[in-house]
Amino acid sequence: MVTPDDVAYIAKLANIPVSDEEKQQFAQAFAETLTVIEELRELDNDGILPTHQVTGLKNVWREDVIDKEKMFSQQEALANTDKTYQGFFVVSRVLEEKDV
Amino acid sequence: MSKLNTLTLQQTLTGLKQKEFSLAELYQATLEAIDEKNKELNIYLTLNNEALKKAEKSSNLPLMGVPIAVKDNFCTQDLRTTASSKILNEFVPQFESTVTKKLLEAGGVILGKTNLDAWAHGSSTETSDYGRTLNPRNTDHLPGGSSGGSAAAVAADFCTIAIGSETAGSLRQPAAWCGAVALKPTYGRVSRYGVAAMASSTDSPGPIAKTVEDAAIMLNFLAGFDSNDATTSSQPVPDFTAQLGKSLKGIKIGVLYQDIAGLEMVNEQLEKQLSVFKDLGAIVGKTPALNPRYAISVYTVVQRGEVSSNLARYDGIRYGSNRSHFGAEAKRRQMLGTYTLSTGYAGKYYELAQRIRTLFIEDLNHLFEKYDVLIAPTSPGFAKKIGVTKRAAMFGELEDMLLEPSSLAGLPGINVPYYRDPETNLFLGLNFITPMWQEALAVQVADAFEKNTNWNTWRSKS
Repeated sequence: MVTPDDVAYIAKLANIPVSDEEKQQFAQAFAETLTVIEELRELDNDGILPTHQVTGLKNVWREDVIDKEKMFSQQEALANTDKTYQGFFVVSRVLEEKDV
Repeated sequence: MSKLNTLTLQQTLTGLKQKEFSLAELYQATLEAIDEKNKELNIYLTLNNEALKKAEKSSNLPLMGVPIAVKDNFCTQDLRTTASSKILNEFVPQFESTVTKKLLEAGGVILGKTNLDAWAHGSSTETSDYGRTLNPRNTDHLPGGSSGGSAAAVAADFCTIAIGSETAGSLRQPAAWCGAVALKPTYGRVSRYGVAAMASSTDSPGPIAKTVEDAAIMLNFLAGFDSNDATTSSQPVPDFTAQLGKSLKGIKIGVLYQDIAGLEMVNEQLEKQLSVFKDLGAIVGKTPALNPRYAISVYTVVQRGEVSSNLARYDGIRYGSNRSHFGAEAKRRQMLGTYTLSTGYAGKYYELAQRIRTLFIEDLNHLFEKYDVLIAPTSPGFAKKIGVTKRAAMFGELEDMLLEPSSLAGLPGINVPYYRDPETNLFLGLNFITPMWQEALAVQVADAFEKNTNWNTWRSKS
């Protein structure tokens, strides 16, 4: 059972704005999808290890050196946003002033 | 001679080499087709105005400046890249994806960027924020997806060859619906760097082409280790065209999914084609396999989980609009992924799905002890009618069911047409699966089938 309140909480975790109508819709869609997923329990998976990736590669490292070809100039880095201030990105406020 | 835009890659390269026609003539024919039909079909979201100029500068390189359609989830420097989401409506990448970089270095030209389901979340190209693409074979129908724009670009001869990406079906299913060829490489064979990430553990870029040979030629340029994608393999890259034309004598082909409900029509048509392989000396046997219905659930959990992580980066700070602009499907997928990965549920859903994934891998490994190649219909049916996605939440997963087991295992596969309905002009596609890193074998068998049947519209013309 997934409630609209559950959806609101997940939406907060996922940083996705949802309307009240969407909360209802998503709760129903989630419940339906989870029912389909439950079918996996029909298969015997005792002692089976999970597969997270298929290449078998492990701990792929690279030399800790600077590759200038991969670097953006400040101008290039800022090219895809209008929200800049004196050559910096403008971000949302995450700290608020509070009366002590 | 046929119109130049209808030539295969191989024919185009030969014609250019022998100076039977010029690049200017090739581009003129291609752009005329686009001018005439792109408005209706909605295949290209962005066209590259510099294409012919760039082509003429590339004429001495292996790909000789041929026009290539690229799915709009590949970052292309100075050419808008949207992933068919309005979030990226204004995004002009400052860098080149590895795949498009390799294309350009080989002398390919990006003619334009093609439509997809927004963020590649779908199997119809109906869920794009820029409107649906229509199937060029029959415009009452969808092209499939998510690389529907690239498959349609090939079917409409809007390009010589196209590039797409697949997570579980997104190359092969639209190719099947559009009567084209698609080659999904082994996971890790082709770099994901610069592709708008969907499911990192299965995303595989690859070609959509007019013939099997064309797809193999193109994969030669795309494959190989990339220091920008730590999941690419340093396995040696063979010549994927090397086994073309070799005899199928003694090759063991296993036919899957004969007993699955709902596949009666596609299996009946396939039955009529099996003699083609036998006549070529292959040994054909039908075999049971783990029911692909379970792969729908595994894929749904794995893909949503990886989506929730990958789409977290779209914060609207450095590029793109803010997160309120996500469409309903992207919201739904990210949130379901967040839920199944959250404390208390990760074991119940995510770990369970990854264990069943192991069962699929073991099942396929077991089948490859008996068979060299596995075949099955690519899709449970013909291209669906426009509007169908509005009614079905699990639409894409059902359409991709037959591709999900091998995709979750990272295996390569190739789709070729194996039937055309004379009334609707719609196609069915046949999928050839081989063990990891054995694309060349899939190419060999698929090419033999293509050349010994008349289903490929580009070959049967010549």
